[in-house]
Amino acid sequence: MNWVNKLLPPKIKRADGQRKSTLPEGLWCKCPNCEAVLYTADLEANLQVCPKCEHHHRVKARARLDMLMDAHGRAEIGAEVRPKDALKFVDSRPYPVRVEEAQKQTGETDSLVVMQGTIEAEPAVVACFEFEFMGGSMGSVLGERFVRGVRAAIENKCGFVCITASGGARMQEGLFSLMQMAKTTASISELARHGLPFITVLTDPTMGGVSASFAFVGDVVIAEPNALVGFAGPRVIEQTVREKLPEGFQRAEFLLDKGAIDMIVHRKTLRDELSSLLRILRKEPVSS
Amino acid sequence: MKTTFLDFEQPIAELEGKIEELRAMQDESGVDISEEVERLAEKSRTLSNDIYAKLTPWQSAQVARHPQRPYTFDYIENIFTDFHELHGDRAFADDTAIVGGLARLNGDPCVVIGHQKGRDTKEKIYRNFGMPRPEGYRKALRLMKLAEKFGLPVFTFVDTPGAYPGIGAEERGQSEAIGRNLLVMAELKTPIIVTVIGEGGSGGALAIAVGDEVLMLQHSTYAVISPEGCATILWKSAEKASEAAEIMGITAGRLKGLGLIDQIVEETPGGAHRDVVGMAKNLKQALEKALGHVSGLDHEALVRRRIDRLMAYGAFDEVAA
Repeated sequence: MNWVNKLLPPKIKRADGQRKSTLPEGLWCKCPNCEAVLYTADLEANLQVCPKCEHHHRVKARARLDMLMDAHGRAEIGAEVRPKDALKFVDSRPYPVRVEEAQKQTGETDSLVVMQGTIEAEPAVVACFEFEFMGGSMGSVLGERFVRGVRAAIENKCGFVCITASGGARMQEGLFSLMQMAKTTASISELARHGLPFITVLTDPTMGGVSASFAFVGDVVIAEPNALVGFAGPRVIEQTVREKLPEGFQRAEFLLDKGAIDMIVHRKTLRDELSSLLRILRKEPVSS
Repeated sequence: MKTTFLDFEQPIAELEGKIEELRAMQDESGVDISEEVERLAEKSRTLSNDIYAKLTPWQSAQVARHPQRPYTFDYIENIFTDFHELHGDRAFADDTAIVGGLARLNGDPCVVIGHQKGRDTKEKIYRNFGMPRPEGYRKALRLMKLAEKFGLPVFTFVDTPGAYPGIGAEERGQSEAIGRNLLVMAELKTPIIVTVIGEGGSGGALAIAVGDEVLMLQHSTYAVISPEGCATILWKSAEKASEAAEIMGITAGRLKGLGLIDQIVEETPGGAHRDVVGMAKNLKQALEKALGHVSGLDHEALVRRRIDRLMAYGAFDEVAA
């Protein structure tokens, strides 16, 4: 799973390590950005955004869905789809063992959780990546759950929102994983044919095959502050071009500056922003 | 050009060397030893066939990257007529790592698009080693739209180590360019026939490889990451590339077995590079056959079929909900 870490600059790696050791059970934790010592409950109450420096910490998929969606009337989609080892892929450990470990560690069955429900009373299907599950890598299960989510949106005539956090394709599924890029993106053409909106929210990090498939074809493309988003990892680029990367390279602010995304939205206002955008695109009146 | 031999082809190289020597000797001495030469040539062919019949995945990867492997322009020259190269993405630049244009196949108008690698050092640099930047994908997209407008089938030829990982490429939206192509190709209202002719390198390959029929030359490869890249990540060593190639399933045979490609195009004995004209002939037949499968469909049925195919890609289990 450490292949995702390879994509990230050293600072992020360090941050990730610290977070792992302090965040889940500790009462206190350190912000990887400003190094302030934070009371974990405060951080949670603040949507995992550092109260001192506004650094957006990574959020688990279900916690994210809780932040975004209304509590009532939710139904999970595609949970019945489970990983399979089609290639009998074994490196230092067999793929099924890696999957099992990730399942134990995260409590999820794969790297995408799809939920149908409402955002401030606006119906939507929201698909959310679980980065802690094998680096949020995209394999067959993710592709199928994504497509089932899109189909549910079509059936319910509502918008489809995807919140990304991924190192890219899941190598252990070989070419199947590459084909998920084509599959997920093609399903968006179905959604478009029904005139339904597709909004992507790119969070830290969104790289490789996820970045280079449906992430940038949203009707509206949103990113979280300072999220690392790109096709190739900074290290790969540095090794290829043999020069230092510019300050803030591949960060959300950089992408906004280059015209790659529509807006950067603070986590506190994401719920409002999404429901408002969905309502406009579905030509509904202003919410009461 | 002198044939380049790969490591595992050394027995063939030795035989070919002997044949050369004998020919030279014959020319000098005037003694007729053509029988002996022909005997050795036959032996060399058999040896080639034997070696190529059981290539390991890693050896296939080397053949797919062979310096004399036919590239897109070689197939354009030998399969199509009336080729008019069209340049540029109309926004930023002309990317020379992807070429394309209007042409005819058996007299029928069509659009051809492909990755293009270079032969010598200078040309390799000019073609950026077949690694496209966003402009290349946007040029390809423009040509696909052109094909759709005039109802021309699109033939794409895939041969890239991957999309270029550079600063400018990221700044100009490499991800968006690839993603946009995936979306537009899924719904393009004209047939798209894809052939992997060499290296099918990940997203950089897929960006021109969504189609109605996906062909692979017998010794080409198609993968989500290069064997070296996979080995570096999993074993922290590019040396293990051959093992990685083995487990990833990158060969035409394996991918056909998994249902991820439709047709394997047989290569000429000793690999496509030993007989470009013969190879082009095989490929031309395969392209005609592939187009035949979809040319009768109306737009709606064509796009429906393509999207259904895309939706069927995946290997997963399903438990009771």
